Amino acid sequence: MNTIVVGQLQRQFQDYIVSLYQQGYLDNQFTELRKLQDEGSPDFVAEVVSLFFDDCAKLINDMSTSLERPDHVDFKQVDSGVHQLKGSSSSVGARRVKSVCIAFKECCDVQNREGCLRCLQQVDYEYKMLKTKLQDLFNLEQQILQAGGTIPQVSMN
Amino acid sequence: MTREELPNLAESKLTALVVDDNFVNQSIHQKLLARLGITNEVVCNGKEAVDAHCSGRNYDLILMDMDMPIMNGIQATKRLREMGIESKIAGVTTRANEGEKKEFMEAGLNDFQEKPLTISKLLSILHKFDFYVQT
Repeated sequence: MNTIVVGQLQRQFQDYIVSLYQQGYLDNQFTELRKLQDEGSPDFVAEVVSLFFDDCAKLINDMSTSLERPDHVDFKQVDSGVHQLKGSSSSVGARRVKSVCIAFKECCDVQNREGCLRCLQQVDYEYKMLKTKLQDLFNLEQQILQAGGTIPQVSMN
Repeated sequence: MTREELPNLAESKLTALVVDDNFVNQSIHQKLLARLGITNEVVCNGKEAVDAHCSGRNYDLILMDMDMPIMNGIQATKRLREMGIESKIAGVTTRANEGEKKEFMEAGLNDFQEKPLTISKLLSILHKFDFYVQT
């Protein structure tokens, strides 16, 4: 094990994950999720966020369909989708996605189709951005492990 | 609480049922329970929870989501209580306005926690039900 390389990678990992919290991509629930990962389930976080991103894609697609026709918007369906998305984003600590969902719900409540469409576009952007960021994070984890190191526990307190 | 400080309740042989239609929440809730040594199963809606009990299965603890298709958490909780099921049922939902919480509690819950569920919240539920005594 090259301890210098491992040390550099670990510092890179720490800096990167801290930046994700500071930029609002993640909140404390992601920390809770990381605590659940162990030797028995070393890919737990990656697996759960993968489920989340699949959820995002499906729900966004469904909501897009519901919002398609200006004269026939099913706001109840859209509201249901937003509720689901808010729930799962909250569960994985996807803070920006959750924030957009809160605004999205307000647009649904007043049946503002244009507002809903803007929120839909934004939530699509945010989840894809988070997906890219977390993939980079998981790649860093893999590099650390392959170099013989351990993944640092990062406290955000 | 560090991993080393987490209680292991495996000796208690507790069993739990996760009732939630969302795969993300299912994974997280199952993992939380497993981390504390609690054997658990998962179903996707209230009807499947009722069916599981009709088939003779029983659980010490049920983590019940509120919004689910086919049969929601309120309906499922009422039905389970009508069937005489005395398991501890904890409602776990993102819907937290007082009216919705009241309706869910009145359906027959023993406890209510707002999502997202964490180790601390789960321990709070277990402590309330005397499944876990803090030393």
